[in-house]
Amino acid sequence: MSVNMRFGPYGGRYVPETVIGALDELTEAYERYRDDPDYLSELGVLLGHYVGRPTPLYRARRLEEAWGIDDGLWFKREDLCHTGAHKINNALGQVLLAKRMGKQRIIAETGAGQHGVATATASALVGLGCRVYMGRTDMQRQRLNVIRMRMLGAEVHPVDSGSGTLKDATSEAIRDWVTNVDTTHYIIGSAVGPAPYPEIVADLQSVIGIESRAQMLEETGRLPGSVVACVGGGSNAIGIFRGFLDDADVALVGVEAGGEGPSGRHGASLAQGRPGVLHGSYSYLLQDPDGQVAEAHSVSAGLDYPGVGPEHSHLRDIGRVSYVNATDEAALSAFLECSRMEGLIPALETAHALAHVRDGAASLRAAGPVLVCLSGRGDKDVDQAGAALGIDASA
Amino acid sequence: MPESGAERLEQVFRDAGRPLFVPYVMGGYPDIDASRRHAQILAQHADIIELGIPFSDPLADGPTIQAAGQAALDAGTRPSDVLDIADDLRDGPPVVVMTYFNTVIAQGASEFLGAAADKGVAGIIIPDLPVDEATEVREAARAAGVALIALAAPTTDDARMAEIGESAEGFVYLVAVTGVTGGEMTMDDRLRALVDRARRHIPVPVVVGFGVRTPDQAEQIGGIADGVVIASEIIRRIGDAPDADAADAAVDDFGAGVAGALRP
Repeated sequence: MSVNMRFGPYGGRYVPETVIGALDELTEAYERYRDDPDYLSELGVLLGHYVGRPTPLYRARRLEEAWGIDDGLWFKREDLCHTGAHKINNALGQVLLAKRMGKQRIIAETGAGQHGVATATASALVGLGCRVYMGRTDMQRQRLNVIRMRMLGAEVHPVDSGSGTLKDATSEAIRDWVTNVDTTHYIIGSAVGPAPYPEIVADLQSVIGIESRAQMLEETGRLPGSVVACVGGGSNAIGIFRGFLDDADVALVGVEAGGEGPSGRHGASLAQGRPGVLHGSYSYLLQDPDGQVAEAHSVSAGLDYPGVGPEHSHLRDIGRVSYVNATDEAALSAFLECSRMEGLIPALETAHALAHVRDGAASLRAAGPVLVCLSGRGDKDVDQAGAALGIDASA
Repeated sequence: MPESGAERLEQVFRDAGRPLFVPYVMGGYPDIDASRRHAQILAQHADIIELGIPFSDPLADGPTIQAAGQAALDAGTRPSDVLDIADDLRDGPPVVVMTYFNTVIAQGASEFLGAAADKGVAGIIIPDLPVDEATEVREAARAAGVALIALAAPTTDDARMAEIGESAEGFVYLVAVTGVTGGEMTMDDRLRALVDRARRHIPVPVVVGFGVRTPDQAEQIGGIADGVVIASEIIRRIGDAPDADAADAAVDDFGAGVAGALRP
């Protein structure tokens, strides 16, 4: 089966000529292995026994009462995946691919550090060297994940260019790949980048949507009225949405980073950007009139990205998914509310999806069960969220 | 009908009878006036001027050009400012601009290329626009009379070299190293075989760049290719100069040195 290179007009391969051969090689490898019994069996065993799939579907009864959701609020518990977020689904799938392609070295970019930790973990598991590019700003605000990556044997390479966040780390990872393309596989962490990456990442993350659709039917006997997920590059969102794209009655909602609010800095590419090219694909992008890429802002490093995956751009244009946003402030209060009412400390990224469920249009809460992709846990965020919320460890 | 950019570029190769010197200037680095001066000084020594339009996320560039581009953007450089520098170079060698795809499409490819043509630009290099994504832009460039200069790399296989050759105009920019700008090339059998392979598949002149730093290296490249691009090394010399006069002198010295090395 051939791999999607475009989603409507979005996607493509806008990269230096040097890596085109490697993208062709990756495309061929994925076409060959995506249905290969050995590959699927190795990945399946790891997802079951190492990651902990299928992840549970959990009904958040106290929050549904507090927020007035009549038909139930359900969390797809990707936070229970090994390493603490959905990112491991993609990292394992790609590292097994890299091994089959004979690559000796793995590189990755990371924002919040969850993809970096997942890639460091997967690389350790198969015995490949790993270097992770991370913006200096993000290394400070997600310091625990930096330590985790180093403990796992990965080299964390600080990136000082630009604003020292995910955009800059991604550019630097691509430059490394351009230089070391013969020996190295680049594991992109979100559904972004040149084709075939957006399709590979979405395909590897679609396990979230496939499992949760079956679980909703089993638990409730019906499909959810709406499915809500946070969107930075958009990998957890596309993963869960893919389970429901053909269910026309299920509303799909992506929540971008509203940052400081309507008049301030933000990361809402789909709401306020216009199509352009960043990191190899044509998609909605925050940019100035000359096409210079704007600096995004979000309290959560994982949503602090001026671009978005090309499939989301297409789903926006055709109206299949509605894209909204939640501010830093709303996300922080939802973070605390979820922690105190459900005993679940969510990732700050995930907290944006929760904030929208709480604050968005009443129709969302009234039309059938609400399914949220609880994409990651918030251990990594305790320093930063604690500082923002005035919670510390002093006696 | 005026000559197209491709015709002007190809004419320079025919007339020279020796390998061409193609120095790079980052428009707006360290400021607009200085970069205009550097381009004018290099025009005395060069056969083609490559003029960079800074972009926020230059994927094909190493630290030197990245930093120069960021400095230019921080100083407020806009694409139209850089095209004005091209306008001022009309009496000199042909100008090719180098920028990234998003700069070209931000205002629409036809508009951007039309504006470039109005300022006398002969060609455009877009390092993140590989040949298979370039059809629409190539048509817009042809309509504007600007040559879309294709890139080829050490990882480009024979079939792709031929594909690049089929639509090539002006010249083809052959990347000497697997990597970004600002590294260091070495003249070896691998590079000789690469240039040889490119020449077999590509009917237009082949100009080699990435990692060329010294007049000696330029002379070596001149022995096997139709021209040589030098970029990061010039920026490095500008950055190392203690003041503007010293930067001008460094650019002049270096330009004269490379041009001398390429003379028969």
